[in-house]
Amino acid sequence: MAETVAVPSQRNVISRLWNDKESRSVIIQVLTISLVFAFLAYIIHNAVVNLQAIGKGFSYNFLWQPSSYDINQHLIDYDSRSTHFRAMLVGILNTILVAVCGIVLASIVGFVLGVLRLSKNWIVNRLAYCYIEYVRNVPVLLHILLVHGLIVHAFPVPRQAISIGDVTFMTNRGIFSPKPLYEPLFLVVIVLFVLALAFMWWFKRHAQKVQDETGKRYPVFWIGLGTIVGIPLVSFFLLGSPITWDVPALKGFNFTGGMVVRPEFIALLLALSLYTAAFIGEIVRAGILGIYYGQTEASYALGINRGRTLSLVVIPQALRIIVPPLTSQYLNLMKNSSLAVAIGYMDIVATIGGISLNQTGREMECMIIVLTLYLVMSLIISMIMNWYNKRIKLVER
Amino acid sequence: MIKSLKIAVIAVALSVAGFSANAATLDDVQARGELNCVVTTGLAGFAAPDENGRWDGFDVDFCRAVAAAVLGDGEKVKFVPSTGKTRFTLLNSGEGDILFRNTTETMSRDADLKLTFLPINYYDGQGFLIRRDMGITSASDLNGASVCIQTGTTTELNLADYFRANGMSYEPVNIETNEEGIANYSGNRCDVYTTDASGLASTRAALDDPSAHVILPEIISKEPLGGAVRHGDDQWADIGKWVVNAIINAEELGVSSANVGEMCAAAGDNPSINRLCGTEGDAGSWVGLDSKWAVRVLEQVGNYGEIFERHIGPNTPLALERGLNAQWTDGGILYAAPIR
Repeated sequence: MAETVAVPSQRNVISRLWNDKESRSVIIQVLTISLVFAFLAYIIHNAVVNLQAIGKGFSYNFLWQPSSYDINQHLIDYDSRSTHFRAMLVGILNTILVAVCGIVLASIVGFVLGVLRLSKNWIVNRLAYCYIEYVRNVPVLLHILLVHGLIVHAFPVPRQAISIGDVTFMTNRGIFSPKPLYEPLFLVVIVLFVLALAFMWWFKRHAQKVQDETGKRYPVFWIGLGTIVGIPLVSFFLLGSPITWDVPALKGFNFTGGMVVRPEFIALLLALSLYTAAFIGEIVRAGILGIYYGQTEASYALGINRGRTLSLVVIPQALRIIVPPLTSQYLNLMKNSSLAVAIGYMDIVATIGGISLNQTGREMECMIIVLTLYLVMSLIISMIMNWYNKRIKLVER
Repeated sequence: MIKSLKIAVIAVALSVAGFSANAATLDDVQARGELNCVVTTGLAGFAAPDENGRWDGFDVDFCRAVAAAVLGDGEKVKFVPSTGKTRFTLLNSGEGDILFRNTTETMSRDADLKLTFLPINYYDGQGFLIRRDMGITSASDLNGASVCIQTGTTTELNLADYFRANGMSYEPVNIETNEEGIANYSGNRCDVYTTDASGLASTRAALDDPSAHVILPEIISKEPLGGAVRHGDDQWADIGKWVVNAIINAEELGVSSANVGEMCAAAGDNPSINRLCGTEGDAGSWVGLDSKWAVRVLEQVGNYGEIFERHIGPNTPLALERGLNAQWTDGGILYAAPIR
């Protein structure tokens, strides 16, 4: 205790603050934050100075200029007279399209893979194992290029298209299928469909209530099928099929009319989802293995059959283990979709972060947009998954 | 503590200054002893590594010419490969000192992207490459075609304009690099490949059976190709400009790598040649170089005609005619400002 009594010199104050655990952690935090900010300020300052040095200002006005380039797949109206902003929207929609389809497909394939990996059948088990080990150990860009190359080289050119019933044609320029053109009466079918959905939502709750109170069970599934599929179908034919089809036809170089799914989209979708599915398969396997086998045995002992044991006992608990790492895989899939530019799928990176950037020379502005968009989309996926995670997590009383 | 903070502040300030100072590129290059030249990732005849890994081609020779003038040795070049998208960023960020990459001079690039273009060294135009067995003889028959384009170039804008102006539709397939574009064209993903006519000649030469493909007669755009440097260093821009002019003038004056030694040994009767050789006047010092700058360029690289014949002329796989790129005295439009 001699030191504390001594007259504190300035040096002593610093060393005493440093030796105190709490004040030291404050000092370290302050230093870290100021270093981080100093670094950021330095980077930004540097960029500003350099842009000024070559006389380039910072402006987003270019977004309202005509883009002057064409895009082969656009979900909204777009041509070369549209603005860069609209080109960006086209890119965003294309990214969302491939990300959403990819996530759905990857989840389904991944789940199946995970279950196959646990199969007692040796061949099935090993096949799933080989698939997973091959796919997840090769960079996803190579998968994308490989699948695209396969489609482009394996499928025929339009003049020798594989025809399915003379309405759908498979070529290396895409899969062309008839496009439905709705007549006004079709609205009635849609309204009936929505009503059927609403009824079934109510009926399911009602059936549950009846079962809880009386133990009586309705055949909910069959009634549901009849209502949701049957009613719209019957009304559709009663109204005289109020849909006409725009069938694609070969004109000159390519098929025109109908709907088309481009090979770039197929390649990207397949490569991304099959790649991510390998990871999801392992996550699903870990989740199922994470549930103590005694629970399954207990369930069997209660006379619950295999399928119901899985769906009522194992999977609800496994989901708690599966969902957090699954979120990361979904995020990876979405971000990996930025590799689309390699095969010419016009996503965010290819439109606003690619051609627009290059034609206007606004690197800084365009990259900021691209970064922000990916960040926002990632955060939205995280949000949804975190919400879902909260819903399924163990309720502790 | 305060002292080390001061040091840190000074260090930061200095490095900021270091990054942002781009005034004397010549000094930087000479201090480094190496010229960083931005070229393509590979376009046969223009810039591509040969079987020994040495960069070779039309654009590459212009890089070497600048290095010969500035550093005395045309081998002292570090080639910075770039895609259509990265080239200007590489130049503007200082990764490259000069750009020779089949780059079309346009107003937006010159003024808005803050580049200074060097004299045009190749007059080009955008064309279409198509399979011979398609039976197409004119670009006006291309309605509905799928067209492969290398993204990040002026070609995708010309293409959109051309099809729009002629009331035709098409499906663009925007590919990142020339290699991927060729792979898609060979795989029949698209009917037509489009880029500058010189690039098409290079692409066709690299295909399995070049004679099975034709370049359509229509040229749908003006593509004046030239080198470029970034804004802000006029002396460096002048060096690039006059190296290119010297190469073009040398051909007009009949000075080549073969005869430069004897023609420039002493002042002769032709003052234009004397000024080029540095035996009369002081042209080199105007751009901060010595008097033998152009002699080194001609010794090590040669004049325009030699560069053209060596890489892209009729006796090469590209088999390009001089056409517009002949000297103005021979019916072309190659017309370099005089050195005086």
